[in-house]
Amino acid sequence: MSEDQSKLPAVSEADEKEHGAVVVSEPIRDPGIEPHEPRITDIDPKAADRVERQVSTMFGLAALLTVGSCVAYFAIPRDAELVFGPLSGNANNMTLGLTLGLALFLIGAGAIQWAKKLMVDEEIVEYRHPAHATPEQKADIIEGYQQGVEESGFTRRKLISRSLIAAMAALGLPTIIFLRDLGPLPGRKLYTTIWAKGIRVVNDVTLRPIKPSDLQVGQLVNAAPANLAPIEEESPVEYQNAKAKAAVIIVRIAPNEIRTPAGRENWGIDGILCYSKICTHVGCPISLYEQTTHHVLCPCHQSTFDLADGAKVIFGPAARPLPQLPLAVDAEGYLVAQSDFTEPVGPSFWERG
Amino acid sequence: MSDKDFPPPVKYLDDRLGIGKIGKKNLRKVFPDHWSFMLGEIALYSFIILILTGIFLTFWFKPSMGDVQYQGSYSLLKGLHMSEAYASTLDISFDVRGGLLMRQIHHWAAVLFIAAMMVHLLRIFFTGAFRKPRELNWVIGFTMLFLGIIEGFIGYGLPDDLLSGTGLRITQGMIGASPVIGTYLNFFIFGGEFPGDDMVPRFFTVHVLLIPGLILALVTVHLFLVVYHKHTQYPGPGRTEKNVVGYPLMPVYMAKAGGFFFVVFGITALMGALLQINPVWLYGPYNPAEVTAGSQPDWYMGWLEGSVRIMPGFESHFWGITLSWNLIIPALLIPPAFVTLVALYPFIEEWITGDKREHHLLDRPRNMPTRTGIGAAFITFYGLLWVGGGNDLIATHFGVSLNNVTWFLRFAVFLGPVLAFWLTRRIAISLQRADNDRILHGLETGVIMRLPHGEYIEKHTPIGTYEAYELTARERKLPLEIGPETDDNGVRAPRRALNKVRAALSRFYFADSVQKPTQDEIEEAHAHGHGPGDEHEELTETETFHEVTKH
Repeated sequence: MSEDQSKLPAVSEADEKEHGAVVVSEPIRDPGIEPHEPRITDIDPKAADRVERQVSTMFGLAALLTVGSCVAYFAIPRDAELVFGPLSGNANNMTLGLTLGLALFLIGAGAIQWAKKLMVDEEIVEYRHPAHATPEQKADIIEGYQQGVEESGFTRRKLISRSLIAAMAALGLPTIIFLRDLGPLPGRKLYTTIWAKGIRVVNDVTLRPIKPSDLQVGQLVNAAPANLAPIEEESPVEYQNAKAKAAVIIVRIAPNEIRTPAGRENWGIDGILCYSKICTHVGCPISLYEQTTHHVLCPCHQSTFDLADGAKVIFGPAARPLPQLPLAVDAEGYLVAQSDFTEPVGPSFWERG
Repeated sequence: MSDKDFPPPVKYLDDRLGIGKIGKKNLRKVFPDHWSFMLGEIALYSFIILILTGIFLTFWFKPSMGDVQYQGSYSLLKGLHMSEAYASTLDISFDVRGGLLMRQIHHWAAVLFIAAMMVHLLRIFFTGAFRKPRELNWVIGFTMLFLGIIEGFIGYGLPDDLLSGTGLRITQGMIGASPVIGTYLNFFIFGGEFPGDDMVPRFFTVHVLLIPGLILALVTVHLFLVVYHKHTQYPGPGRTEKNVVGYPLMPVYMAKAGGFFFVVFGITALMGALLQINPVWLYGPYNPAEVTAGSQPDWYMGWLEGSVRIMPGFESHFWGITLSWNLIIPALLIPPAFVTLVALYPFIEEWITGDKREHHLLDRPRNMPTRTGIGAAFITFYGLLWVGGGNDLIATHFGVSLNNVTWFLRFAVFLGPVLAFWLTRRIAISLQRADNDRILHGLETGVIMRLPHGEYIEKHTPIGTYEAYELTARERKLPLEIGPETDDNGVRAPRRALNKVRAALSRFYFADSVQKPTQDEIEEAHAHGHGPGDEHEELTETETFHEVTKH
């Protein structure tokens, strides 16, 4: 190592000319590594002793704090709260974290202080070697490889090598095929929801059916089909899947403000319209309604739809209006669906058309 | 020498594993010292913290979407139906002692892990540490960053709370926009329709086994290569392409780097104690019909979110198919194109510069103005997309129109990077000139002198040799020249068009870069550097390639 630290040879960049870099005579000669400047701790034994005390204090405190965290684990009840201005929170969490965190930090700070102030800080030099093999090594390796190829007969016996390649390539198939049962094929699942003719529209929290008279102009209600709740008992998964497609919003708008798209003249009841709640962009539930403009905004990517104008997109990344559910009133005067949605709800997909 | 032997346990291992030879090579291995070299360390240490706290969490977390009625100690959700995943996350947060702390350390460390990788990547980029022989290590590092982002995203998708479910729903919507295979991909990934009950257990396996395993393997190779190549160093006195100057592993870096691990762990633990992160109990269980306004992903997903948010709503419908450009472009094309460009940058620059030599001395960012400008353009592009991810929060916090913020960003993501490139490059070139001034004229002392003929000048003192060497320890880089169209025998040079492009790009890279002064210029400046001729010398001292060719 001592010879490594000795004086460095001058830079030998001269008379090298390669692509993109022209090396002319260096304007300033490499003066070599700067001489080591001693630190106070190198000169003054008292300063060094002081650092020793600092470092050992940090390590000592770390040990105490670690023990303290174990005490806190048992001593502080799990649900105790600490109220101290902005530092309020769960007392168990905070004491465990503060003691452990400080202990860890002090171990680290002590070690770094030790390294910076007490360990020898004279820079030393190591030489690099190019990543590649030397010419002799290359020759040896190539020879060894060729000998191996020769002895195996891999290139001579074509039948073996080709059939082996075929065998290995074939192994790629099962790695894909065997994953087939990850999921069912889509079928028509994305095209339908559990809405159907005569299914009542119910409030999605109270599950009560809704009469037109329950809704005031300007009101928006999150709703669901009446046949959704019973599914939860049978299959919570099916329930979630059905809900993800069937969620709707019902809104009542003054009839003179509504512009009804052609063919939907009888889809609303006295200005009550029903739209899919699932955004046509990536499927977030749409929920921010602005009564005066009849705009509804998706909180995920801010697509904005005008519910008075067939829920067409007026801003944001969504490209299609929210699908509308045709409404009717049943014999008891409750809102019901005339049919399922007439188009797939939710985000676009390739086969959607 | 001969009578010295290892203590028995070391001897036992050396006889069987040959650890002596490894130790001989590495015990006093030299690492150069610079604060910017610790960024990668932060990433490595947060990864270790993630593994440690992650193992703790797996002891209680139940990766299942089975329906349960919550009976834990958080009274606000008592009796509610939820998935086992969400219920067990609540148990970890409220009933397991130290559970909330570990959850919060885990999440903070994840946020830090990706931030540290990204800043580390920027350091590597701006100092040219990706150049030969380290190009492949750049790609490995970049792959880890990519995996880390996926890992983090899946991680906060596991608790099955309202926010995580919303994130997964968005992802599912994006995947569904893939041409041809989108719907099938979704049905295979989610085991059917969204949400189904497969996603949490499947993503759990990916999160705790597949991706950490891959990252661990890549970290090993990454570090092995750092040791094998030996660390890069900044140019300076005594530092050459053929050596490495610094402190030995044993003892200095064992203490410094080892200590730094504890510092990082300590700080993340303090953050876990004091700073709340992802309070899932406030969001409630996932419900596909609900969402919270102001929903935000973890910071590293913000740019993708922004890319999707600012895209106008284009969609094509023809031949019975739908092409959702509003997702294909911002989510399926731009991010892969962006990351591919970044991943391949070392190879692109190597082709343009034609430089196939090994580089161990780092570039100061100012000495590669075009590269630095490109870096600034990339950061600006990324940053603006990231801002787009919070367009709603900007609108509500600053009382501006959401639509205007979005419209501004739609243009800014294209114009901002160009502006940032130009500005950064000019600043870098100015800094090069400032360096040259410092070499040629020294430091301004603030002492004004009056000459006999009445002129006032400011006295300059020359800078020290060490600093002067440091400022000139860089190469003169000139644009590539392409040879004549035909050789002596009238044969046209091959790949002429390609070489022209290459030469143009090389000119773009180096033509405006200021060259360091030559020995003659320095001598001349020092000889009559403070005389009245100063003004006129300025031009020749800081010549750029363009100026030379104009003469």
